[in-house]
Amino acid sequence: MEKVLTRNIGLDQKPTNLQAYEASGGYQGLRKALAELSPKDCQDIVSDSNLRGRGGAGFPTGMKWSFVPADEQCTPGHKYLVCNADEMEPGTFKDRLLMECDPHQLIEGMILAAYTIGADISYIFIRGEYIVATQRLRDALQECYAAGLLGNNILGSSFSLDMYVHPSAGRYICGEETALINALEGKRANPRAKPPFPQVSGLWGRPTIVNNVETLCNIPHIIDRGADWYKTLGIGEDAGTKLFGVSGKVNNPGCWELPMGTPIREIIEEHAGGMQEGYQLKGFLPGGGSTDFLTSDHLDLAMDYNVIGAAGSRMGTGTMIILDDRTCPVAMVLNLIRFFAHESCGFCTPCRDGLPWSRQVLQDIEEGRGQPEDLETLAYQVSYIGAIGNTHCALAPGAMEPLQSALKYFYDDFKQHISNGRCPYH
Amino acid sequence: MSKKQIIQSDMSSLLSAEEIAEIDAELAHVPYKSGAAIDALKIVQAKRGWVSDECLRGIARHLEMSDEELEGVATFYNLIYRRPVGEKVILFCDSVSCWISGCDDIKTAISQRLGIDYGETTSDNSYTLLPVPCLGACDRAPVMMIGDELVTHIDDEKVTALFGKAIRRAEE
Amino acid sequence: MPTIFIDGQELEVNEGENVLEACLNAGLDLPYFCWHPAMGSIGSCRQCALVQYQNEEDSRGRIIMGCMTPVTEGARFSLNAQNATQFREAVVESLMLNHPHDCPVCAEGGECHLQDMTVMVGHRDRRYTGKKNTYRNQYLGPLIHHEMNRCITCYRCERYYKDYAGGKDLGAQASHDHLYFGRHEEGLLESEFSGNLVEVCPTGVFTDKPFLKQYSRKWDLQSAPSICTGCAVGCNIAPGERYGKLKRVHNRYNHEVNGYFLCDRGRFGSGYVNSDSRLDYAGIKAADGSFMAVPQQQALDTVADWIKGKNVAAIGSPRASVEANYLLRELVGDKQFNAGFSDSEAQLMAAIRQILKTTKALNPSIKHIESADAILILGEDVTNTAPRVALALRQAIRNKSYQLAEQMGLPKWQDAAVRNLAQDQRSPMIIVSAMDTRLDDVASHCLSMAPDKIAEFGVAIVEAMAGESTSNKQAIKVAEILQSAKNPLIVSGASMQHWDIVNCAVAIAESLCSKKTSAMLSLCVNEANSIGSALLMPEEGPSLAQLIDNSPEVLLVMENDLERRLTKQQMQQLMADGTQVISMDILENATLGASDLVLPVASYAESQGTLVNMEGRAQRHFPVFEPSAERLSSWQWLLKIGAAIGHKKISKLQDFDQVVAACAKSHADFAELTKAAPDNSFRDRGLKIPRQTHRYSGRTAMNAGVNVHEPQQPHDNESPLAYSMEGLNRDQPASLTPYVWSPGWNSNQSLQKFQAEVDGPLKGGTAGQRLIASTGKGATKKATLAAVEMRAKHWQLVPMHRVHGSDELSVHTDEIAQLAGIGFVALGVAVAEKLGVTEGDGVVVATADTEVRLEVCILSRVAKNCIGYSAGYKETLALEAGSLATLSVAENWQRRQPQMIATDKVATSPVIGEGDSAHV
Ligand SMILES: Cc1cc2nc3c(=O)[nH]c(=O)nc-3n(C[C@H](O)[C@H](O)[C@H](O)COP(=O)(O)O)c2cc1C
Ligand code: SF4
Ligand code: FES
Repeated sequence: MEKVLTRNIGLDQKPTNLQAYEASGGYQGLRKALAELSPKDCQDIVSDSNLRGRGGAGFPTGMKWSFVPADEQCTPGHKYLVCNADEMEPGTFKDRLLMECDPHQLIEGMILAAYTIGADISYIFIRGEYIVATQRLRDALQECYAAGLLGNNILGSSFSLDMYVHPSAGRYICGEETALINALEGKRANPRAKPPFPQVSGLWGRPTIVNNVETLCNIPHIIDRGADWYKTLGIGEDAGTKLFGVSGKVNNPGCWELPMGTPIREIIEEHAGGMQEGYQLKGFLPGGGSTDFLTSDHLDLAMDYNVIGAAGSRMGTGTMIILDDRTCPVAMVLNLIRFFAHESCGFCTPCRDGLPWSRQVLQDIEEGRGQPEDLETLAYQVSYIGAIGNTHCALAPGAMEPLQSALKYFYDDFKQHISNGRCPYH
Repeated sequence: MSKKQIIQSDMSSLLSAEEIAEIDAELAHVPYKSGAAIDALKIVQAKRGWVSDECLRGIARHLEMSDEELEGVATFYNLIYRRPVGEKVILFCDSVSCWISGCDDIKTAISQRLGIDYGETTSDNSYTLLPVPCLGACDRAPVMMIGDELVTHIDDEKVTALFGKAIRRAEE
Repeated sequence: MPTIFIDGQELEVNEGENVLEACLNAGLDLPYFCWHPAMGSIGSCRQCALVQYQNEEDSRGRIIMGCMTPVTEGARFSLNAQNATQFREAVVESLMLNHPHDCPVCAEGGECHLQDMTVMVGHRDRRYTGKKNTYRNQYLGPLIHHEMNRCITCYRCERYYKDYAGGKDLGAQASHDHLYFGRHEEGLLESEFSGNLVEVCPTGVFTDKPFLKQYSRKWDLQSAPSICTGCAVGCNIAPGERYGKLKRVHNRYNHEVNGYFLCDRGRFGSGYVNSDSRLDYAGIKAADGSFMAVPQQQALDTVADWIKGKNVAAIGSPRASVEANYLLRELVGDKQFNAGFSDSEAQLMAAIRQILKTTKALNPSIKHIESADAILILGEDVTNTAPRVALALRQAIRNKSYQLAEQMGLPKWQDAAVRNLAQDQRSPMIIVSAMDTRLDDVASHCLSMAPDKIAEFGVAIVEAMAGESTSNKQAIKVAEILQSAKNPLIVSGASMQHWDIVNCAVAIAESLCSKKTSAMLSLCVNEANSIGSALLMPEEGPSLAQLIDNSPEVLLVMENDLERRLTKQQMQQLMADGTQVISMDILENATLGASDLVLPVASYAESQGTLVNMEGRAQRHFPVFEPSAERLSSWQWLLKIGAAIGHKKISKLQDFDQVVAACAKSHADFAELTKAAPDNSFRDRGLKIPRQTHRYSGRTAMNAGVNVHEPQQPHDNESPLAYSMEGLNRDQPASLTPYVWSPGWNSNQSLQKFQAEVDGPLKGGTAGQRLIASTGKGATKKATLAAVEMRAKHWQLVPMHRVHGSDELSVHTDEIAQLAGIGFVALGVAVAEKLGVTEGDGVVVATADTEVRLEVCILSRVAKNCIGYSAGYKETLALEAGSLATLSVAENWQRRQPQMIATDKVATSPVIGEGDSAHV
């Protein structure tokens, strides 16, 4: 299979500089766009490519961009492009790789995206803990400014763009795009009510597009080589390639670029090298900590948005976390809920107070104090906290996904905890 | 106008010229001064390890924000420290993949060696231990950051290699 | 009007409103917390959940938040579907995770929105097994008590304090379930509107601190509809009494005046009613200068004896009711009556009276002020002179953001979204003043000029608007801004005691009117009934100076401390002249002390009367409780005096309603006075309106400590209200609503049950009657500007009013006195530096007539050659606005121990609950 996003990423994971990036065909897409394509053309190509957002929700990128009002439809002023590099979804480690090893690919994608939507200022909102990636991006930006790839009149065209790296002060909720915008504005990162969507009123009240790192990394290739080529990359119903990862008790945890639609079994058994000696697969979260558990029954499913959706989970970030037979599912869910409860911004009630309540019930069960009615309480909480729309943003519903599916697949484990008065895994 | 303002106008002198220069550089690309609040907090923290009340007020003055507004921002984020920390902050990942890989035991080991729990600083002020959400290095779990360094595949050996000294120093 | 369906019921709803509003308007009980009718929606509490269905076939639907969902034609919702009720119960159960079970000792108990909602959703049993989070409370000054453990994180306090009232020093801190609402560190809340937190908070986090010291439950308070006497805005209030003490003041909704909010002077400044310096009995001065208490009848006989057949003059009061002033004028006749303003103020008030009666501009209500899209303020520090107007101005500047929102199809109630969209874009507000004002922070332009220069500037604006050439660029700019607005508003007033400024405000407003019909002109005046007094000021009456020169044999002074109106010399002359002074007032003061006979007067809370506010609205206050001892309302004293001397007109009047009718008949300006409120004959379904709640407890035992016999309930023979629990408190005329309560709604949120629609007028209309209809002929006078001649090393004195300190009565409340501090002189930084003084030092201010030692306060902007002084403080009574003064450092000045200033207190920053380990 052709490597697209990771073609410059070797085993040593050394970063590419501008020269190396250009040598491998980098900034071709940008040169082509500025020379031959109007923003509208770029918009059409990206829409045609069927690229879907890699930040977790899988929203079609071209469609998202099309909601940005044209200049004549809005009051004069800036438009913004923001790269969401706040990777903090438990079990997710793909954007780090792209930024540390091939920063120019992201930058080129951002310039193209900004060109398409008419943005003149762009930010990379990156996790504060990503020290290396931040430095490499900053170095790469300097190279770009020096080479006329950023700043005024990029490559002699009439298009100008500034780009800044903004390291976050740390909160998972900053990954939620409207919370991210508040954080960029120097405020508390509470998510905003939608509508209005950021595409119309985002950063500083202006039209803003927020895209994931990986999403943006796809753009140069799509522009350079076209939508049709891009669509052929996927082997299932979705287009392109994707970074898939596996962590947990497998032989070879890691992250690989594979075609969309690669079967889960292939990812876990071939690329991740299967389960470690003495461990069996009990279940897995297919795309990070806020997706529903799937089990060995689902191993033959293709990693496509709709396929995973139909199986009752989500593609999420495409990085899987394996639950093995020697790890307690109740404790694993407790770990996740503890994370989500702590990372709740505290704005809305079900999340702020509901998650600590779930955490308490899970902790009681895990520590042997569980009561039979606790299982009803958990189910009650799932329906209370877990539905999109019940809360102000998607954090809390995401938090409920592992709990809800654990109750479905590992109900006996919960029951055993309660009837034994202790955790059977200890 | 009020006494409060007078007192506070002296506050910005609590920031160093260097800090002010760096903050001003950030101001260049935000439309409102308060837009640089987080950058300013990070700049000051990078120099001093944490953000004291005085520094917070100094920044607030400089950015024409109220102390309350900036306090609200500062206390929202995990990586802004409003209490003193040791020379190095250990950000210990306790999220799901690291947990599956046995981070609880490693945390216990580190705690024992350094004599501190989460939120505490060693008596010799060299380390502060804090939990951190998933560090995005799950394929190399368990992981932590010591200062700016990412430490992967932590095991007992690594813990001993890293902190063997720390506890002795603390005991001296 | 769209139609929506709620549980199958078809409802016609207002275009553009949200589903929560629609439900409340339909009388449906949908619980909520974070939404507030004046502050809109943010969708944080998730309490107002309903189920929305796609269509008729959809039987599952999905949960939506009523407050965040606009009504749309044909939309289908359910309030009662099980998933909705279960969700709402779960929300309360979550809120109760950390809420302490301290209702029995919580000041909010019995009027707690959280209690109401908890009962409404049916939550009872706690399932949570964890510990509750606990917090440290902060000291927030003498007015507000803080109890963070009770917080349910609805964000209302922050949104009210910061977003609505423009306060800076209270906000949300920390996050997840450790959110904390407080200050950066302990200390006085700086906003003049902090008291509304008490009513905005749906539980007991922010409570009324003075009330806590003498606490009673809401249901045990006896209330009556009343009007704040703190300033001329005339906010409607609901004071509560028990055991003969005025316990607290709550807001009383008036759609066109104060809406939901009061200022802190209004809420907390009534403590003087319970003061030890209240007069209880009439007194006659003995030879040794002390007063001998005498019974009421003896006092009346003496008064009658003294005044019968004598040359009697009288001084009325702009803080006393229309009725009292009317009777006083009748008693002595026009030629002997002075309305009680100082002579300079009287001239200004005569001018303002004329302006209100003839101006082409619109005299706006407070509500109306909120619609202004460009504002020019000339010479007023509105926050300190008409606080509630300033709060309205803070809303008006948001009109720009509403315009932007409208362009995007975003409803106004989407509060956070509208703020994010507009960021700091505001409607223009230009402040032209001599020095700092408390609206500077949101003004688009602040110009500092000496008072006479302000007037000149005003003239330049008029010229610029008329297209005459002027070299004043700023004036041209201001003219442009005002002329391009749809609803421009000019605000000025009496606080600078400067006729030229007021006159040019009129000129600007009226020249705007020639192009736009809707220019507004709002003039702030000083006291609760200043306009009423101005209307009663006889054309040919004597000035105070004339009156003193005339040396009347007897002088009747009513509710007026002449020390505040006269110079020292005048005061001395008056007292030395052998004039017998009869004075009636509420509290001891210099005038009473110098009088020969004093009569104790009931305060506003113990009496009935009408006050005319700055917009000319006559509003009635009713006694909350019977005056104790031998106090009477001024009008009652005057009726008795009239009867005792057989006064032709007054002796025919028997009761309050007759006084009102007589006044209405005698003065064309008061023709509609009878409409201010229903008269004594009003009955609601056969009954009077009860002042006591249906749960009023212990009535028979309340005074058992004094007398075991159950006392008779007092009878109110003068008003449609009764000292009783019996009767209905529902949908009565707005001016007769003593308190709000509705089944299931014990908190002040029950107000929506009294409103015709959410945030709209009350079902019983809008309280009060506007008296003045302008002829519209125009009031602009040709200005001949009087410039102040400056002298070297002299500064011009500019009065600075203070919410806490400048008002005569409220400052007799302990907490207000504490906040007021001592008299000050306000200097620019340069002047202070030159003198070598800093904030808190002492300076001697010397004018031609007097010398006073004052505390230094430093200004951030100040006009050339000007210094400010605290108006209305006893230390500065001798200073005259506009006069010239020299400055020198005060010898042996003792700096005050600063107690109240936030930054002086060493305090720990708020501690967030247990185990928040990621926040070091
Ligand atoms: C709680 C929460 C956390 C999120 N964190 C991230 C994140 O770290 N990185 C990311 O790209 N998207 C994250 N998202 C998704 C973003 O809100 C947004 O959908 C995404 O950045 C859009 O990019 P895409 O269209 O390119 O996928 C998060 C969403 C939620 C609700
Ligand atoms: S669900 Fe609510 S509390 Fe949770 S993170 Fe989103 S907005 Fe904040
Ligand atoms: S009132 Fe609707 S969410 Fe709070």
